Amino acid sequence: MKKLFQEFIKGIIRENPTFVLVLGLCPTLAVSVSVANGLGMGIAATFVLLGSSVIISLVKKFIPDQIRIPCYIVVIATFVTIAELCMKAYSPVLDRALGIYVPLIVVNCIVLGRAEAFACKNSVAASFFDGLGMGVGFTLALMFISLIREFIGAGKIFGHTLINAFEPVAVFGMPSGALLVIGLLLGFFNYLKRRKA
Amino acid sequence: MNLRDFLTIFISCVFIYNVILSRFLGLCSFIAISKETKPALAMSGAVMFVITMSSVITWFVYRFLLLPFDLAYLRTISFILVIAAFVQFVEMVIRKVSPHLYRAFGIYLPLITVNCAVLGVAVLNIDMFFINGKAVAGSFYYSLFQGICVGLGYTLAMLLMSGIRERIELCNVPESFKEFPLAFIIASILSLSFMGFNGFKF
Repeated sequence: MKKLFQEFIKGIIRENPTFVLVLGLCPTLAVSVSVANGLGMGIAATFVLLGSSVIISLVKKFIPDQIRIPCYIVVIATFVTIAELCMKAYSPVLDRALGIYVPLIVVNCIVLGRAEAFACKNSVAASFFDGLGMGVGFTLALMFISLIREFIGAGKIFGHTLINAFEPVAVFGMPSGALLVIGLLLGFFNYLKRRKA
Repeated sequence: MNLRDFLTIFISCVFIYNVILSRFLGLCSFIAISKETKPALAMSGAVMFVITMSSVITWFVYRFLLLPFDLAYLRTISFILVIAAFVQFVEMVIRKVSPHLYRAFGIYLPLITVNCAVLGVAVLNIDMFFINGKAVAGSFYYSLFQGICVGLGYTLAMLLMSGIRERIELCNVPESFKEFPLAFIIASILSLSFMGFNGFKF
C-alpha cells in the first residue's frame, strides 16, 4: 500500500510532468488562459492517463514489442474520443474554449510517455496510481500556471474579480505571456533545485 | 474559392496564428531541436512535408470514409493512425531510396508522429473547411494550402529561433536559466513580435 501511495505522490512534485519532466507543454500553454479552462483540461488529461495506463498494463502481455507504439496510440485515442464526446455533451462551453486541444491529448507526450515508461512494465494497481499521480500533477501545474496568468492578465480568478487595485497586464493572457510565465517558472524551479543540491 | 481566401490563409497561418508561437503546436520539437540552424532546417523540411501530405490524406479519409458512413466521431483515432502509418511508410521509403536523405531527415521522422502540429492541422482543416458535415467548396485546395502554409510558419519560427539560440550560446546567462527556461523566454519575445501582425486587416 505504501508503495502504491509513493507511485501516486511522485507525479505531483518529484516527477511533475510539467515542471520536472517538461512534457506535454502544448496544451499547458494554450489552455492556461483561465483557471477554469486549466482545470477542465487537467481533468480530461487525467481521465485519459488513468484509462490508458490501466488498459495498457492489462494487455501488456499480448502486445508484440514491434508494434507496441501504434497499439498504445489506439488505446489512448479511444479514451480521448470518450473524453471529447463527454465534454461535448455535458460542457459545450468548455469544449468550445479548449477547441482543438482536446483531440490533441492523443499526442500529448505525457500519456504516451507513461505508457512506454511505466504502464507496460508494471502491475495494474501500480499503473493506476502512477496515472492518477501524473494526472493530478499535470492538473496542479496547469492550474498554477493559469492562476498566475488569469490573475495578472485579467485581474480575475475563476472569472471573479478579486481586487481592483491594478490594471491587468493583458499580455499575460496572450501567447507570449504563456511562454514567458513557463520560462520564468522553469528557471525558478531550477534555481530552487540547485540551491538544495 | 478565390485568391483572396488563399492570401488570408497564408497570412494567418504564417504570421498571425503562427503554429508554434501563437497556437503552441509542435512546441516540444521546437524547443528541443532549435539549438543549431542546420538540424532545425532539416526538421522543418520533414515537418513541412508530413504536414502537407497528412492534410491531403486526412481530407480524403474524412470526406470519403468518415462522412459517408456517419463515423465523424472516429476522427481522432483514424487521423492519428493514418498519420502514424504514413510517417512510418515515408521513413521506410526514404531509408530504401536515399540513404543520404535518411541520415539528414530520418532521425526526426519518428518524432513527427507525435508532433501535435501534424494532428492539429488535420483537425483544424476539418473544423474550418467542413461546415455541418458538408465540405465547403474548394475545401480540398484550402486544406492542402493550409498544410503548406503551416509548414512555412513552422520553418520561419524554427529559423528565427535557431539563429537566435546559436548566437546566445556564447553569452553568459544565469546558470538556472540555461537551456529550457531561456529558450522559452526567447520564444516569448519572438511571439510578442509576431503579435504585431494582428494588425493585418482583410
